Amino acid sequence: MEFLTRLLAATIAMGTSLMYATLGEVYTEKSGILNLGMEGTMLMGALAGFATALATGNLFLAIIMAMIIGGLMSLIHAFLCVTMRANQVVSGLAITMFGTGLANFLGQRLGPASNNYNLIGTNLQAKFDNIAIPFLQDIPILGAFFNVSILTYALYIIVPFSWFYMYKTKHGLAIRAVGESPKTAAAMGLSVFRIRYLYTIIGGMFAGLGGACLSLSFTPSWNDGMTGGKGWIVIALVIFATWNPGKAVIGTLIFGGITSLQFSLQAAGVRMVIPTQFLAFAPYLITFLTLSVMTIINQNRKGAYAAPSALATPFAIDDK
Amino acid sequence: MRIALEKRDSKSRKMAVIIPLASFVISLILGALVLAASRSNPLQAYQAMFNGAFGNARRFQYTIVEALPLLMCGLGVGIAFRLKFWNIGAEGQYVWGAIGITWVMQFWKFVPIPMLLPIGLLVGMILGALWAGVPGFLKAQWSVDETLTTLMLNYVAIGLAEYLYINAWKAPFGNMGTPEFPRETWLPPVWGKVHSGIYIALALVVILYFLLYKTRWGFELNMIGKNPRAARYQGVSIKKNIVIAMLLSGAICGLAGSVNTAAIAHRLTRGVDGGYGFTGIIIAWMSGLNPFASILVAFVMAALTTGADALQIAMRLPESMGEVLQGLVLIPLLAGSIFVEHRLVIIKKEAV
Repeated sequence: MEFLTRLLAATIAMGTSLMYATLGEVYTEKSGILNLGMEGTMLMGALAGFATALATGNLFLAIIMAMIIGGLMSLIHAFLCVTMRANQVVSGLAITMFGTGLANFLGQRLGPASNNYNLIGTNLQAKFDNIAIPFLQDIPILGAFFNVSILTYALYIIVPFSWFYMYKTKHGLAIRAVGESPKTAAAMGLSVFRIRYLYTIIGGMFAGLGGACLSLSFTPSWNDGMTGGKGWIVIALVIFATWNPGKAVIGTLIFGGITSLQFSLQAAGVRMVIPTQFLAFAPYLITFLTLSVMTIINQNRKGAYAAPSALATPFAIDDK
Repeated sequence: MRIALEKRDSKSRKMAVIIPLASFVISLILGALVLAASRSNPLQAYQAMFNGAFGNARRFQYTIVEALPLLMCGLGVGIAFRLKFWNIGAEGQYVWGAIGITWVMQFWKFVPIPMLLPIGLLVGMILGALWAGVPGFLKAQWSVDETLTTLMLNYVAIGLAEYLYINAWKAPFGNMGTPEFPRETWLPPVWGKVHSGIYIALALVVILYFLLYKTRWGFELNMIGKNPRAARYQGVSIKKNIVIAMLLSGAICGLAGSVNTAAIAHRLTRGVDGGYGFTGIIIAWMSGLNPFASILVAFVMAALTTGADALQIAMRLPESMGEVLQGLVLIPLLAGSIFVEHRLVIIKKEAV
């Protein structure tokens, strides 16, 4: 019982970061842009958030900075992929390379002079602490949902809203139209250009925020490459959630749960039946299998389980 | 008046040369800004990097050694890219190559020692090919998205390798990693640090150039990539070619992994997922899928890495500057790539 509560708490703490970035990537991909730069963008967000919090002590400002930097990173991606119609896979890899490199570089240059300009080993005066809601937090197991940081509470509003926005508003319809058939969308008078820019940048802002969740709340510190591949789990999560912001919650809980299970079991002193490395790659294997099996099953129902049709395809108004 | 992009009648050769050169210069300027902003002298830093990559015979050799796996992975993914097949699973296929050769070295005791190396390389190739063949087959048969499947499989391979060198195949003594391969099976050096893998890599360049540009099969691959409908009318089997191209692509990336393992670490250990596969994708794209151009591109990218290592030693600057510059060189290059096939035109009056 107590083990389950603790596992859920760890899952939620880790899942918060994943959830923000996944929401961002869902919106980006729905508009037809594949952003493989998540890992680099999240790491830059983690760095920006931590460095700002360390310098100013203002957590609110730190979150804003993380989102701005995340947005700027994906602005580069949007410029390359939308305006310059560059290859989205290569561009995303370039963003990840540049972002991880720059974050790790600046991590050793932005720190206080007393620490040889290094951010590694410095501590924040303030971090996002858990806030318990009386009574609700005493519910068995599920009480873990009501003893979390403000970053997680915010998700309880943002997730339903982003589902509603995607499927019940005309803005959401526009995003989906641009991602499915940009030509038709353009004929309907939508600006493919503007929508793709907007949601790629918003996606990056969410990724930056997701990164900041790590450095300001989950493990409040800075470390080289501290996202540790979470940006790639996000790519997997988007597929697993079938590009649906609502289903992303379930995916995040499962993937976050698998990842925290390694640590929880070790901490509980349980002898591992499954090697930890298998748990580490399970999310990717599950995603690979889901994507393959669902595509095969839905062979005849085109689009039932598929990525947005125009994903990763550049669009030019005068193309034939 | 507005500015628009107009498709050129043919690819501009001039642009194909100018853009990479300009991109390199732009990346150095942007990198200088990063360096200056972090309280260091950019000129000094670049000089340290240049010396680190080419300063003496030993540094030059390191750069070549670093370039070899990049070149091979670039060649491997380049084959699939010809079909517009996005194999971003080179990293995983590389890791399988390393697993393959380790498996042979550690467990195939019945093989006479002189035969261990060639068989190990071969098994590495086969495992790499199979790992790439699965998404290739899924794509050919059921059009399962290859970008996403190959990406996911990378992390399965990396996790499996980690399990092998931390748990299952771990050497009884010493640090993490499998037991060292017998000394007789190491790839022999040819010039200082440079190992004989260089012959394999250069032979691959020539073979692939011949295959892709001088044979009917190479012609078919090109046709599928450029105009799949025309290819189908000509009776070219797209499905079969996707699977073959992926098997070959994976085999070469696998070979890169087994060659590098036999030459450098001599065992499966931490660092097997060194990112050569991911950088290989960039090498293939930057070289325009031309095997000979890949040599130069791989060498430049390797020089940025070895140069940055020296930066750490000479100026105590983080070695991640290498990655920053690698990323920075790509951004203007990606932005400029459109001008090879398009040109800017100024439209005076709005024509309706």
